[in-house]
Amino acid sequence: MARKQKPKSKIAAPARRRVAEPRSRAVVQAADALDLHRCEQFLLHEARLLDDAQFDDWLALFTTDGWYWVPSEPNQSNPQDTVSLIYDDRRLLETRVRRLASPRIYSQEPRSRTSRIVANVTIEETGNKACTVRSKFLMIEYRREVQRLFAGTAFHHLVQADGGIRIAWKRVDLVNCDAPLDGIVVPL
Amino acid sequence: MAQDFSKFFEPGRVHRKLYTDPAIFDLEMERIFYSTWVYVGHESQIKNPGDYFATHMGRKPVVLVRDMDGTVRVIHNQCAHRGAMVVATEKGNAPEFTCCYHGWTYHLDGKLKAVPLNHGYPRDFDPSNPKTAMRRVPRVTSYRGFVFASGAADGPALEETLGHMTTSLDDLIDRAPDGEIEVAGGVFRHAYDGNWKVYFENLCDAAHPLFVHRSSIDAAQQQSDAVHSDGSGEIAIRQMRQNGAPYSFWESQVGIWTYPNGHSYLGDYHDDSKLVAALKDPVFRDYIAALEKKKGKAETKRILEVRRWNSNIYPNVSLMSQFQQLRVVQPVSVNRTVVTTYNFRLKGAPEQVFRNTISFANIVNGTGSLVLTDDLEIYNRIDMGLSSEGTEWLQVGRGYHSDVPDAHGGRRGVNSTSEVYIRNMLDAWLGYMNDSRREQARAAS
Repeated sequence: MARKQKPKSKIAAPARRRVAEPRSRAVVQAADALDLHRCEQFLLHEARLLDDAQFDDWLALFTTDGWYWVPSEPNQSNPQDTVSLIYDDRRLLETRVRRLASPRIYSQEPRSRTSRIVANVTIEETGNKACTVRSKFLMIEYRREVQRLFAGTAFHHLVQADGGIRIAWKRVDLVNCDAPLDGIVVPL
Repeated sequence: MAQDFSKFFEPGRVHRKLYTDPAIFDLEMERIFYSTWVYVGHESQIKNPGDYFATHMGRKPVVLVRDMDGTVRVIHNQCAHRGAMVVATEKGNAPEFTCCYHGWTYHLDGKLKAVPLNHGYPRDFDPSNPKTAMRRVPRVTSYRGFVFASGAADGPALEETLGHMTTSLDDLIDRAPDGEIEVAGGVFRHAYDGNWKVYFENLCDAAHPLFVHRSSIDAAQQQSDAVHSDGSGEIAIRQMRQNGAPYSFWESQVGIWTYPNGHSYLGDYHDDSKLVAALKDPVFRDYIAALEKKKGKAETKRILEVRRWNSNIYPNVSLMSQFQQLRVVQPVSVNRTVVTTYNFRLKGAPEQVFRNTISFANIVNGTGSLVLTDDLEIYNRIDMGLSSEGTEWLQVGRGYHSDVPDAHGGRRGVNSTSEVYIRNMLDAWLGYMNDSRREQARAAS
């Protein structure tokens, strides 16, 4: 067996990433701060809701003006000037979730089953009662004898509201966002 | 293979093998996707000398490139030495093409420019022999910026093949106040397990939305408009609601027209002011003003009164001029198809018009769209169903006895849900497939 030396260098790499500024850290120390642990628990909760097809509860995680975005290009700068695999403002996100419950959603007959792994969670930016969380995900979707693999990076902008954490926006960058893709029905 | 494909047709019926037989698919790639005029790209994708765009004609990788003198060319993306694909990136700019295997270098028109270590080749090796070139596709013609190519050295001119469908291409260009359009805003590349023909057979199908798209119609109809939208979701929801027009409307108000060589277009079914420029929504007001300033009131009125939904130019491109969308169908195998969809920016139109085009593209052509995903499901199911031998003959006879001739040499459905456009494509299919058979017979005799 070849020795796997590579992970070592990968551990070193994140040092280049901009982490929280010292001033922001002070904010994090506040009693109701969104610390890494709380953020991570929140992402796991979200992944579980999606795997369990609790889409109404997933929708409830978003703020009333929240948005959900899956770009069609790597490093896409915005959802207004370039098409997106998914770009839902709150109104369209509600419609998406309502459709997922429809008995006549033929692209979910039979229903998909999914299994998600969320990992490498880091806080990218923090502010007062808000932060942007970066994570890696793997999602396996099984439907009608076919298993598909989705992978990429997710960014959640989390805010504290209504006594809990809410998603102000969520961006999902698929590693193969610009590949020919079969239809994407279950939210990533 | 001298085969008469007529045996796969009966009045109003077609045999399932057209969609499932790999041998027929192979012949389609030669006789339809290489021998007829196929769409390869738009000139705005290769604005400057050296700009190139790698694409396909059927399964053949080709490069659309603007030569140093401005000429638009299509060359096979294949090195003449050992056959490797030369251009590996989808788009870019290059003064020449170099194969990374042994460094053979080609001019942009495909001619061989230089061969390293050329003393090692046989004495009769001739770098000016066309066989040492990246071979040119023999005929390349641009219709007002839309580039088509044909692998047949002779045959009808592009405009003759397009016939009345040039009016749909004109309509898209006419809508730009400056009279120019450009590809912009990225692409979707959606895929399905199914034959390429089923995609085209759905694009003018006015009978399917109320069934296939029921889930998104219902969800959109139930959506409260009081919920926050930045404008993009609003356009999506309005579009989904339009799909829920009543049966009577789909049957009598839409219109379906077909033309020789397999072309067709479906009339428009929109009456929503945010989707139809002619209805003067505030976003469109500035646009109409810009059009009127450049083209005058009468011409603007004429342009906006052209109301078409999908215009299908057989065999591989479909456009929506009103919404600046263009879809290119790429057959991968008999039961795998990739469709690339493009947006056009109307030059001289306000920026918000293009942003609405993007929102519209997301819901109509998006890989994660609430609408398109149910179409892709149907394409998959057609393929699964066709694999069965339970039904050998498929019904495409809706409207068969009621279609009427059209003024421009085609036929149209009296009922808008007529399958006349499918029969029209199949007529073209048979003509192309059997015509080559005659050509080959002639060549052999």
